[in-house]
Amino acid sequence: MNSPVEHKPSNVEFSDVVTHDSGRKTMTLNMGPQHPSTHGVLRLVLELDGETVVSCRPEIGYLHTGIEKTLESKLYYKALPMTDRMDYMSPMSNNLGYCLAVEKLLDIEDAIPARAKWIRVLMSELTRINSHLVWLGTHAIDLGAMSMFLYTFRDRETLLDIYELVSGQRMMSSYFRIGGLMMDVPKDFDKSIRRILKNLPDRIDEYEDLLTNNRIWQMRTIGVAKISAENAIDGGLTGASLRGSGVKYDVRKAFPYSDYDKFDFQVPVGVHGDVFSRYQVRVYEMRESLKIMGQALDGLPEGPYIAHVPGVILPPKPDVLSKMESLIYHFKIITDGFKVPRGSVYVPIESGKGEIGFYIDSDGTNVPNRVRVRPPSFVNLSALPKMVEGSLVSDVVAAIGSIDIVLGEIDR
Amino acid sequence: MLDFLFGQLVATHATFDVVTLSDRTTQALAEDPWLAAGYALLGLAGVGGFLSLLGMALIYVERKVAAHFQCRLGPMRVGWHGMLQSVADAIKLLLKEDIIPDRADRVLFLIAPVFSIIATTLGLILIPMSPSLQVVDLNIGVIFISAVSSFGVLGILLAGWSSNNKWSLLGAMRAGAQFISYEISVTLSLLVVTLFAGSLQLSEIVQSQQDGWWIWRGHIVGLVAFFVFLIASTAELNRPPFDLPEAESELTGGFHTEYSGLRFSFFFLAEFINMFIASALAATLFLGGWMPFHIGGLHTFNGLMDLIPPGLWFAGKTTFIIFLIMWVRWTFPRLRVDQLMRLEWKFLLPVGFINLFAAATLVITKLYFFPW
Repeated sequence: MNSPVEHKPSNVEFSDVVTHDSGRKTMTLNMGPQHPSTHGVLRLVLELDGETVVSCRPEIGYLHTGIEKTLESKLYYKALPMTDRMDYMSPMSNNLGYCLAVEKLLDIEDAIPARAKWIRVLMSELTRINSHLVWLGTHAIDLGAMSMFLYTFRDRETLLDIYELVSGQRMMSSYFRIGGLMMDVPKDFDKSIRRILKNLPDRIDEYEDLLTNNRIWQMRTIGVAKISAENAIDGGLTGASLRGSGVKYDVRKAFPYSDYDKFDFQVPVGVHGDVFSRYQVRVYEMRESLKIMGQALDGLPEGPYIAHVPGVILPPKPDVLSKMESLIYHFKIITDGFKVPRGSVYVPIESGKGEIGFYIDSDGTNVPNRVRVRPPSFVNLSALPKMVEGSLVSDVVAAIGSIDIVLGEIDR
Repeated sequence: MLDFLFGQLVATHATFDVVTLSDRTTQALAEDPWLAAGYALLGLAGVGGFLSLLGMALIYVERKVAAHFQCRLGPMRVGWHGMLQSVADAIKLLLKEDIIPDRADRVLFLIAPVFSIIATTLGLILIPMSPSLQVVDLNIGVIFISAVSSFGVLGILLAGWSSNNKWSLLGAMRAGAQFISYEISVTLSLLVVTLFAGSLQLSEIVQSQQDGWWIWRGHIVGLVAFFVFLIASTAELNRPPFDLPEAESELTGGFHTEYSGLRFSFFFLAEFINMFIASALAATLFLGGWMPFHIGGLHTFNGLMDLIPPGLWFAGKTTFIIFLIMWVRWTFPRLRVDQLMRLEWKFLLPVGFINLFAAATLVITKLYFFPW
C-alpha cells in the first residue's frame, strides 16, 4: 500500500489483535467515521476484550472545515454566518457568542438596546431547546428507541418555523448582528412562540413517559458511563455533561450576559454523573428554557432592535436612501467593514452543548487577527475514553449520545 | 372449494376434521397419481409463493405500522397507499449487484443465507392455518419447529463468521449466545401447552382447545407461559428490544453488514417469516389457532362462533400477535447484551421452570377449566 500519509497514533497499535504482556489478547475495532451512532464523522478506535472496552481513543478531523482560519480573512460582520455552521444544531447561540465578543472589543455593549438583548435571550433559549430535541431524538435512536427521533423532530419543526419567521432561514439563520439583530421580529412572532409555550410542555411530558420511567431505558442509562465531579472539572467539561455530575456551573448564572440576570430560572443539576443524570438535566433544561422564553416574551421591551453606532452599525435603510452621511457609512461598512480597536477578548456563553467561548484577537484592522473558539463538544469529547473504559460496546454508544457532541463544532 | 378453505364444519357440536395437504397427497396417490402430483405441486408452489408474498406483505405492514406510530404516513407513492412498495423493493434487491467481500470465506458466505431461509421454510410448512390448510402435520410438530428454528441461527453464525468483518463477528457472537439462551425459555413454554394438550402434534393441540383456549383454560400458568413465549420468541426473532445481533445503531447491521442484494433479502425475508411463524405458533398454542372462541358447555354460543370460518380466526389471532410484536418494536429501547442474558437466565428461565411444574400439577390434578 502506498498511502501518502501514514496515519499512526502514538499509543495504540493499529493491528487487528494485540497481545498484551499479561498474555491477554484484545481486538482493535474501528468505530466510525462512517457509523450510525457517532453523530457525524467521529472515529473511535476501540480496543476490545470480547465486548468489553479496554481502551478508547477518539480520532477527529474528518469534518475539518477550517472555519477558525477562514474567519481571519473575513470582515467582522461577514464572519458571522460562518459561526452558524459550527454547531449547526444551535446557530443562534454561536451567533450570540461571536456578536458579544465583537461588541466587547468595540466597547459598544452599553449601546445594545434592551429589546435586542431580550430577543437574543428568547432565541437562544429556543435554540437550546432545538439542540436538546435533536440530542434527545438521536440519543434515543442510539439506544434503540426509534420512534422518539421522529417525535422530537416533529416538534423541532415548529421551532425551525420560528427561525424561518424571524430570519427567513430554517437552519443557518444568522439572525443576530453585531450591535443587535438583523431586523425586528414580525407580527406573528408572539402568537407562534405562545403556541410553542403551550404545546411543548405536554410533549416533553410525553417523552418522559416513553423514556424516563421505562425499565429498559433506565437499565441502559443508570450507572452507565459515569464521571465524577472532580474528573469532570479536571477535564474541563461544561454544559449538561458537567451538571450531570453535580457541579452547578452555568455561564448564564456564573457570568450573566445579555441580561440573563434579569430572568428567573433554575439550573438543574444531576447527582450520579451517569448517562441518566445527563439525560434528566437536559430534559429539565428544556422546561427551564421554556420558562425563560415565556418571561422574555411577556416582558419584551419596546424600542430599537439594533444599536446606533455610526461607522460600525449599518444605518437604517430609509436614512441611506435620503441622507448623504448614511449613504456613505453604508457604502463604507459594506465594502470595507469597520476597524476594531487593538486588543483581545474572551466571551463565553452557555449554548445547548455547554460553554462556547469566542476568543478574538484584534490588531486594529477590519479583520480579526485570530479567532479561537472554545468548543464545548471538543472538550466534552475528551472525557469519553474515561467514561467508557471497562464498559461494553453498547455503552460507548450511550456515552457518545449523552455527552451530546456535534462534529461541526469539534472540527472547526 | 369453500370446504377446502374453511374446513368441514359441523354446527351442532363443533368437531373439525383435519386434512392436511400431505394427507390428501397420500390418499390420492392410491387412486389418481396425477391428482397426488397436483396436490404435491400445490404444496410446494403454495409454500414458495406464500413465503415471498407474506414476506412482502409483512414488510409493508411493518412500515405502515411504524409510520403511524411515528406520526407519518409511510410509503405512499408506489401503488395505492404504497401497496406496491414492497414489490418495488423486491425488484430493486433482485437487480442489485451481489457483492462478496474479497477476504470473505466465499463458500460459507454464499450458503449462510440459504441456511436461514431453509430453516424458515421448514417451520412454515407445519403451521396449521385452518383444518384443511396445513401442508404437513407431523406427530412431533412442536419439537420439529423448535428444532428447525434453532437451525436458523447457524445461518446467522456462518454469515457473521464468513464476512470477515469485526462488526459481523460481534453480531454473530451475540446472536449465538442469545438464540441458544432464549431457545430454552421458548421450549419450556411450548412444553406447558404440550402437557395441557397431551400431544406434540399441532393439529391435536388446536383440537384440544375446543372447550377453551389454553391461555385462560390453564389459569395463570397458561398466561405466564404465553408471555414467556412472547418475550423469548421476540428475542429469538432478533427483533427489538432484543435485536442485538444486528443492532443498527451499535453494530451497523451486525451479521448482515456485508450482505447486499438478494442474499441480504434472504436474511430479511427469513426474519419476517420467522415473525409470522412465531406469531402463528403463539396463536396456535395459546389462543386456539384456527379454533373459534369456545366456552365449554355453551353449545349455542359455540355454534355461533363456528359461523366465523377457522381460517379467519387463525388470521385474526396471528395478526394480533404480529401487531403486538411490532408495537413493542416501535416503543422500547434496546437491551444491552449482559442485561439480555440476565433477563433470560435469572428471570425467564426460573419462571419457565416453575411454570412447567405448576402446569404438570394442574394436568395431574385436572384443575384447569373444563377438564371434560
